[in-house]
Parts: sequence; structure tokens; C-alpha cells
Amino acid sequence: MAFYSNVPKRQPWLPLPPWARSMGITLLSVSITMLGLLFVTFLIGRVMPIDPVLAVVGERASEEQYNAVYQELGLDRSLIVQFFYYVGDVLQGDFGKSLLTARPVSQDIARVFPATFELATIGIIFGCVLGIPLGVIAAVRRGSWVDQIARVVALVGYSMPIFWLGLMGLLLFYGMLGWVGGPGRQGIFYEDMIPSVTGMILVDSIIAGDWGAFWDAFSHIVLPASILGYYSLAYISRMTRSFMLEQLSAEYITTARVKGMSEWAVVMHHAFKNIRVQLITVIALSYANLLEGSVLTEIIFSWPGIGNYITTALLSADMNAVLGGTVVVGLVFIVLNVFSDLLYKVFDPRSK
Amino acid sequence: MSIQSMTLREWLLSETPTSRRQARLAAYYKGWLTLRANHMAMAGLAIIVLLVGVAIFAPLLAPHDPYYQDLGNRLQPLGTEGHILGTDSLGRDILSRLIWGARITLYIVALVAMIAPIVGLLVGTVSGYAGGWVDIVLMRVTDIFLAFPRLVLALAFVAALGAGIENAVLAISLTAWPPYARLARAETLTIRSSDFISAIRLQGAGPLLIITKHIWPLCISSLIVRVTLDMAGIILAAAGLGFLGLGAQPPSPEWGAMISEGRRFILDYWWVATMPGLAIFAVSLAFNLLGDGLRDVLDPKDSSS
Amino acid sequence: MNAFTRLISSAALGLAMGVTALPALSATPDNMLVIANRIDDITTLDPAQSFEFAGADVIRNIYGKLVNFDPSNLEAGYQPDLAESWTVSEDGKTITFTMREGVKFHSGNPVRAEDAAFSLRRVVKLNKTPAFILTQFGFTPENVDDVITVDGNTLSITTDKRYATSFVLNCLTATLGAIVDEKLVMEHEKDGDMGNEWLMTNSAGSGPYTLSSWKPKESVTLTANPDYYDGAPAMQRVIVRHVQESATQRLMLERGDVDVARDLTPADVDGLDGVEGVGVQREMRGRLMYVSFNQKHPELSKPQVRQALKYLIDYDGMENSFLKNWYVKHQNFLPKTYLGAVDENPFSLNLEKAKELLAEAGVPEGMELTVGVREAQERLEIAQSLQNTFAQAGIKLNLEVGTGKQILGKYRARELDIYLGAWGPDYPDPQTNAGTFAYNPDNSDEANATGLLAWRNAWDTGGLTTEVEAAVVEGDTEKRAEMYHQIQAQFRETSPFAIMFQLVEQAGISENVEGLNLGGAITAAAYWDVTK
Repeated sequence: MAFYSNVPKRQPWLPLPPWARSMGITLLSVSITMLGLLFVTFLIGRVMPIDPVLAVVGERASEEQYNAVYQELGLDRSLIVQFFYYVGDVLQGDFGKSLLTARPVSQDIARVFPATFELATIGIIFGCVLGIPLGVIAAVRRGSWVDQIARVVALVGYSMPIFWLGLMGLLLFYGMLGWVGGPGRQGIFYEDMIPSVTGMILVDSIIAGDWGAFWDAFSHIVLPASILGYYSLAYISRMTRSFMLEQLSAEYITTARVKGMSEWAVVMHHAFKNIRVQLITVIALSYANLLEGSVLTEIIFSWPGIGNYITTALLSADMNAVLGGTVVVGLVFIVLNVFSDLLYKVFDPRSK
Repeated sequence: MSIQSMTLREWLLSETPTSRRQARLAAYYKGWLTLRANHMAMAGLAIIVLLVGVAIFAPLLAPHDPYYQDLGNRLQPLGTEGHILGTDSLGRDILSRLIWGARITLYIVALVAMIAPIVGLLVGTVSGYAGGWVDIVLMRVTDIFLAFPRLVLALAFVAALGAGIENAVLAISLTAWPPYARLARAETLTIRSSDFISAIRLQGAGPLLIITKHIWPLCISSLIVRVTLDMAGIILAAAGLGFLGLGAQPPSPEWGAMISEGRRFILDYWWVATMPGLAIFAVSLAFNLLGDGLRDVLDPKDSSS
Repeated sequence: MNAFTRLISSAALGLAMGVTALPALSATPDNMLVIANRIDDITTLDPAQSFEFAGADVIRNIYGKLVNFDPSNLEAGYQPDLAESWTVSEDGKTITFTMREGVKFHSGNPVRAEDAAFSLRRVVKLNKTPAFILTQFGFTPENVDDVITVDGNTLSITTDKRYATSFVLNCLTATLGAIVDEKLVMEHEKDGDMGNEWLMTNSAGSGPYTLSSWKPKESVTLTANPDYYDGAPAMQRVIVRHVQESATQRLMLERGDVDVARDLTPADVDGLDGVEGVGVQREMRGRLMYVSFNQKHPELSKPQVRQALKYLIDYDGMENSFLKNWYVKHQNFLPKTYLGAVDENPFSLNLEKAKELLAEAGVPEGMELTVGVREAQERLEIAQSLQNTFAQAGIKLNLEVGTGKQILGKYRARELDIYLGAWGPDYPDPQTNAGTFAYNPDNSDEANATGLLAWRNAWDTGGLTTEVEAAVVEGDTEKRAEMYHQIQAQFRETSPFAIMFQLVEQAGISENVEGLNLGGAITAAAYWDVTK
């Protein structure tokens, strides 16, 4: 920053402690991003050549019925007016009603988001538990067969069309072996049996103390979660390896080795400790991607998640649902980003 | 030893390059040598070269017209006479469709690879170099696009413009550029504060010149690595759009659309969906292998691996 | 089992080393019926509003109607349901129903003539999409209180003209004829919506089942009504699960996780052959697949071109290949099993004849046309087959593919050259299709009769409109049928519609399930006769 260093530092225009300022700036930038997100989504919804009125009235509607719904949806108002009304409603926590499900969007999201959340969480756990050790070992034993296998596993994971993998997985593990439950979140025997508290069936069944329901739900989630997890495994293991290699070639590692520390201690106490922060960013990023909901996986496993919800809504021009869903997903993404940035600041010595 | 008497190899590997051109070519050549030692990357490169070859010579290689229908001869299994990879639901030769589909895949890959990184590079370098309000605005925009669920953005875009391969490419590019912008911005920030840029600036070079002549070339290598690694994702995204019916339109032999058509028979006529699936897999894998190898060569941060 | 499944299973066996026995197939409980079906088209469960296939299935099992079909004997036509009997006035305009005594809604409220009157008036007053089925009898929100009247235990309906009684009663068997519980519904009224918002996601009926839950795109759960007047149904619970993919539905059926799979492709139906404990139930449905030619197009409006294109469709090739057992050739607008339906299918792929007709019309070589198709595999395949055969006569056919709503929007705006789509009848009377394919009183753009297929294709019907009007008021059934035969004969020769196929629903079904009826061509599915 040599060139700019002679610029005098301006006095902060608000006499606040630094942590409050940085928090304020973060909040401000998050809200601007959210507003932009809303606006772009809104625009997309309006320029799309799909008619939301038709989504409501269907093929047979007469012109008169069509016009009635057109006005009911407020489409006769100008775009800007519609946008302001919408933002006003959202600020009051009202996402409007979905055209497709005949209920408030917030209620829909409360139903579909936990399904995705559950799936993504199990998926990311799967990805971390296998991906991180694989990456560490690959880095430590660089060039060995473990490294090669890790590389192949990861690259295959990157390269496989997920819908094909999903269908084949279903055919093998469900259709032929019967090791896992079929499509959907639970078996019919437990359908509507567990009171919904969190919307996550695994958690709800524990709350209800029904272990049968828990294992049933687990058997349904394990396959789609592992398939999703495979993708994050690929990413996480590659990144872990790369970070580890960087650390292992650093001078202090050589010093530690020279000092006679055991290899295990060098790897775990020094190298791995130092990549934790970078790793958290990577994990947060892949977690955010999983939380967006994988439309294709959700279709194949009949998983009523948010990706599927937004997609269907989009293709039927159900804009309240699209906007609501996008806001939630965007918020999750931004929150995870802010969170990993925070961790970075807290843990990373360099950024201090 | 005069230059004439050197072999090309010696000239390239010379420890004391006599011209800037020689130095640059030497660097490329050393990179190539490193890359060549990486068997997996070479395998990837071979597949890509093969893909390009197949695409160019498609009319010569394809045994049948990829659009010719024969309803009486549909869903033939692998190894059928005249149809080595069988036929699809409308009795079209799968091998011929795969061969012609290579052109579409290449087309997608090339277009996205042209659009997304360049947009990202522009946004990122301008943002990083200019700083201040420009930076804040551009990065907010980038954040907005990053925060969007990716497939949803692509879907919305395709739905707005109408299904079709060009629009699918645009939609994918639209979702693909933000990471490049971030990357380019980060690189620009590092480069901007380096001494040699200050020196150039003191010589009176304007920002346009600095960005195009000095910052871009330095960003390119990490971008190339990133693009190659993303290529698989792009192919899969295009296939995903095809799978949802929003990519290439029938009767186009786009691989994703072929999987989508074939998925109805996946339990009994598995090859109809599996053959294009394997093609996508092979090409994605090839790009991943190559990207992995290129990273070793080009990305200074990971040069140790 | 084919080679691949064998391959996979041997691979699986390898993986399963140490696992001595594969787990036994699961089975659904004996008092529960589980159905895999695409139900993402349900957007409302209010009978006055619902107009989609899956919604009709649900509503048929929840609500009683004045007259209804017996699932075990659809051929018998409409039968008494909540109305025990009815009489027709001498001028033929008033039908008086006597209500069945002692029937109760799920809420415990008695089913009264007032409820029936409320339900029908409500349809007219709410004026949602399906309302035309009643308003075609001259009912308007203003006069409906006067033409639908209650006297003690009887309900009278007075139409504006004399119509065939069967026509009126058939219309009452449609989804909107469901009788709702006035007291319960009005308890939930909001801003004068007659309980519409509440009823979209709740039920207030008297039928064999009550609605336990509808989770959009996930499942519908019905619970048996033990007090159903015709005897409690055997299946305590019916769960309809949304499963998008045919392959997945088939796997679930083979595993015994569902009893019925309703969206199987022909390939998956074939694949069920020889699977133990699973059979296939086939029912002719009312849905037709057709292509239509926009009469605003200068070339397409020539009569020879319309006929030529009908000879450029490979009906048999498609029926015997990718549509096998799924769609059968049918070239008339009345579906088989309807009054007045005919079996004449004069068109087949005939290149010579088509070329002759095109030359006669002076169609320029290399004409380009665009066909709008919804994104659905079988339609895309039909479109590609058309593309193939049209090309042989020198016509280049471009596909415009989009989501249903996208293409439909253009179709309704008369913007497509050619439309490839499906049409399902709304109620089991010939008027349902005659009144849209061959009826168009005002062909001007200003008329905006977007509900009429003839209008959408800018076709003035060449005089069929008056014949359709005459047929609908004909009291004599045989005469009426004869009139429809003639309308269809002329329709085949002059209309811009190439009707191609009629749907046959093929449901994979567990062999222990008996008595399931999917509704044939005239109504929706019924679960209350099902036993296991």
C-alpha cells in the first residue's frame, strides 16, 4: 500500500468503538446485498415470459377470470410500486402467499428448508469426516498410492453427473439390496406420526423418543446425503491436501522435524492446526452450496427441499415463493460467509 | 556456442536467456516439461485432444446421420450390428449422436471459458485497482450474484430468454463469473501494492495501461487453472440444464439432453442414458485431471505440490 | 432381469460379502393404501376451484355429490349419491332433487338441501376457472339465488334453456359438484371469500375419506370416514406420495413400499413383467393428444394444407413404439366411451397424398413452421417424430420448448404456428369437448375467448358452432349421438386439429390390491372400494 500510505486517515464520522463500527459495516453491507438480491430476483420474475396468472387460473380460464386474478395479484401496478409494496411486506415478515401451495410462503419455507438443512448437514458431516483425513494423508504421503486414490476419488466426484449417480445408487442400495429406505423423507408407517417441532425428522423423532422413526428417517436420508456429501468430500479433500502441502513445506515444519518431533506431532500439532481457518472457509462454502439445495438430487429422491421448491415455483412464475426462497438461501449464504470471515479474523494471526 | 548450433531444447532450457522472448518461451517450456511428467494430466489432455478431433471430424467419423429416426429399430442394445452403442428411443444411432454431441460440448465449454473469466477479470481488476466506491459497488454486485442459488439464477435466466444452447451458455456464464472476479481482485490487490507497479506508475503509465499490460498477464495463470478446474462443473451444469429440459433443444444431440431422454429407460435400457453419461464423465474428468496438473505448473501458491 | 441388472446385482453381491441374507421386501400395512403419483399439479383442494388431475382424485374421495359414479360400475352412468332421487319438470328446465336422509358431514353436521344449494351457488359466485361448467346453464352470480332453490328436503335447479337432462347431471358429477359443509366453511370465511382460502388446504365433505394433510409436492394423506353412509371403507388410510421419476416409482413398487405406481413409462411397465406380486392395471382415460394449426398463418389456413399435415403424422409408428400401450390411435375429439364417440381413424402416414395436397395448395418448398411443445418427454418425442415426417414433405418444423405455462401463454395469445398438446374432458358429456374444439361464436381477436380451443387456433369452425349448439339441447339421446357423429365427420375433414391419440393409464399395482378404480375416461380415482 506504499502509494496510498501518505493519504491522511480520516476521522470516523461516528464516535463508536471499533468492534461496533465493523459490525455496523458488516450489517450494512449484508442488508445492501440482500436488497440487491431481492431486486434482481424481482426483476427476473417480471421479465420472465411465464404468466403467473395462468399458474393460478389454469388452461380453461375465461378472460374475465384471468383479469380478476391479474388485479388480485397487483400486476396492474407499476413495477417500482410492486417492488416497494413487496419490500415493505417482507420487512414485516410477510413473504406473501404462494400461488402453487395455497399457503403463506413463510409456512412453506418452514417446511422445506429443514428438509434441505437436514440433508445438507448430514452431507457436510460425511464430506468432512472422510474428506479431511483423506486430504491430510494424501498430503503427508504425497505421491503415494493413497495420494493417487484420493486424487481419483476426488476427481471422479467432481466429474459424475449427479442424477445418474443418484438413480444408480437408488437402484443398487434400495432396489436390489434394500439397505436403505426409498425416496422420500420417511417410510409411510411413520408418515404424520412424529409431531413436527423443528421440521427435521431426525431431531423430531429424538424429541419424541421414537427410535424406530429415527432409524427409519436415517435410512432414508443416508443415501442422498452420501451422494451430496461425496461432492463436498471431493472439494474438501483436494483443498485440505493443498493447504497441508503449503504448510508442510514451510520452514517452521522443517525446524520442528529437526528438533526431533514425531511426524504425527508435526502434522497434527503444527501443520493441521494452521490450516484450520482456511479449512473452515472451505467447509462453510461447500455447506452453503449444499444448503442452496440440489434440485437434481431432490427430484430423484423425492426430497421436498428448498432447491426443488424454488425451481418449481420459478417455472410456474410463483414469484412470492421464488423471492422468499431466494431470500432465505441468500441469507444463509451471506451469514455463513460473514461467519467464516469472522473466524478468519479471530484465528488468523496474519489478519490481525 | 552460437545460437544456431543449439538444439531448440537447449535454447529453451538455457540458464542465461538472451531475450525476453526466450525467457518467456523457456518458462512455458519448463512448465510443459513439468506437466508432461504428470501422467494423469497428460491422460486428461489426451482425452481433450481426442474430443477436439472427434468434434472436428464428426461428419467423417459418425457412422450414421445423428437425426435419422427408425421407429422400428429403437432401443437396440450395445453391440448391435451397425449400432455399436445401440439406438435411442426414436431409433437413432447413439454413437453418431455422441460424436456430433462432442461439437456442442466443445461449443459450450469454449463459450463459457471465453465469457465468464473475462467478465470476472474485468470486474475484479477494475474493482481491485480502483478501490474506493468502485470497489464497494462492484463487490456488492459480485456478492449479490454469489449469494444467488446458482441453478436458480441459471434457470431464471434461461426461462427469461427461452430455452436453447446459447442462452444456457449465457446463463452458466452469468453464474460463473463472480468467483473469477473475487480471484482477480485478490490478485490485483497483491500486485497493485508491489514495488514494480509503483515504479511503472512513477514512469507515468495510466491505469488502463497498468491494468491491461501489467496486471492482467499476472492474473491469467491462476485464472486458467481455475477455468480448467471449473470446466467440469460447467459441462455438468449444462447437462443439468439439459436434464431439466432448458438446455439444448431436441433433436440436438447434446449429451445432457440425451441423458434426460434416456433416463426414462434407465432400469431396462441403461445404455441410452449411460453412454452420454460416460461421455460427460470422461470429458469432465479429463478437464479435472488437466486442471489439477496445470495447477501444479502454473499456480505459484501450490507450486510445491 | 436383463444383463445389466444381473451385472449390478453380482457387483452388489460382491459388496455384500458377509451379509448372508438380503432383507425381506417390506410391505405396506394391510389397512393402508399407498400410491406413488405425481401430485405437484395440486394448487388447491377447494372443489369450486380445483381443476387439475391429482386434485380431482383427492376431492372425489372426500366429498359427496348430488349424483355420482359407482367406481365398480362406471358404465352405468351417474347414480344417486347425496340426492336420493330427482324429477324433471315438464318444460325440461327444472330438475328437483330429493336429498338422502340421515347423511352427516365429517364435522357431524347433517347434509341438508341448503348445503347443496350453497355449494353450487358458491361455485357460481366465486367464479373460479371451472365455474363455466355451471354458468353455461345461464347461472350468474346475480340470478343464482333464484335459479337454485331449496324447499324443505328438496333442491331445484332451473336452467335458462331446455338441455338434455343427462348433460346437466353429468356436469354435476364434475369436481365442482362436490357438496361442502356450509356451516363449517362459513365459520372460516375471510373478507367475503366464502371460505375459499380455508378450503384450499382443508376439507369439509361427507365422503368416504377426510383430508388429514396435504403437503404440497410431498404427500396427501386421507383417513377413512367410519360413518360414511355407504359403509366405512376398508383402507383406514390412503397416502398419495409425490414421486417424480417413473424409475423411482417402479423401484418403490417392486420393493413393496407403495401399492400403486401411477406414472410409469411404457418401458417401466414392460419391466414389471414377471416381477412377483405386481401387476398392471390399464384404464382408458379421457385425455387426447393433438396438434393444431393456427389459422392466422397464411399457409396453414389453406384447407389442403390442414389435411396434408394430417397425413404427415406417423400415427402407427408412434403408437407401436414409444407410445406403446400408453396412447392409442384416436382421431376424433370425443374420447372413446363418450356418448357419440366414433372409431373412425382415416388418417395415416401418407407421403404421396400429403405432397399432392401441398402442391395443390401451392405451398412453397422449404416452408418453416414452429411448433410449441411443453417440456415433457413423450411430447418432445412426438414433436421430433413430426419433425422427421414433415421434413420428408419438405416442411421444416422448429421446436419451441418451454414450461407448460410459457407455451400455454403463447397458445392462448394465438401466437404459435402449431401447438402440440393434450386436452382432457371436464365432465362426462360430449359437450365438454364439442364446446371447445368445434365451437367458436366470435372468431375476432377482440372476443378473447381464450378458453376455446377453436378460438385459440383462430378457426371459425365452418358452421359447426350452430350444430354444436343444436346438439346440446337435443333431448333424444340417440338423435344426439347421431348429431355428434356428423359433427365429428365434418371436423375430421375441415378442422385445423389433428387429433392423434387417447391416453391409456397404466398403473403398476400390487396384486393384493383389489377394487381400485382410476376413473376411466369420465371421472377421477376412487379408493373406497379398495380391499387388500
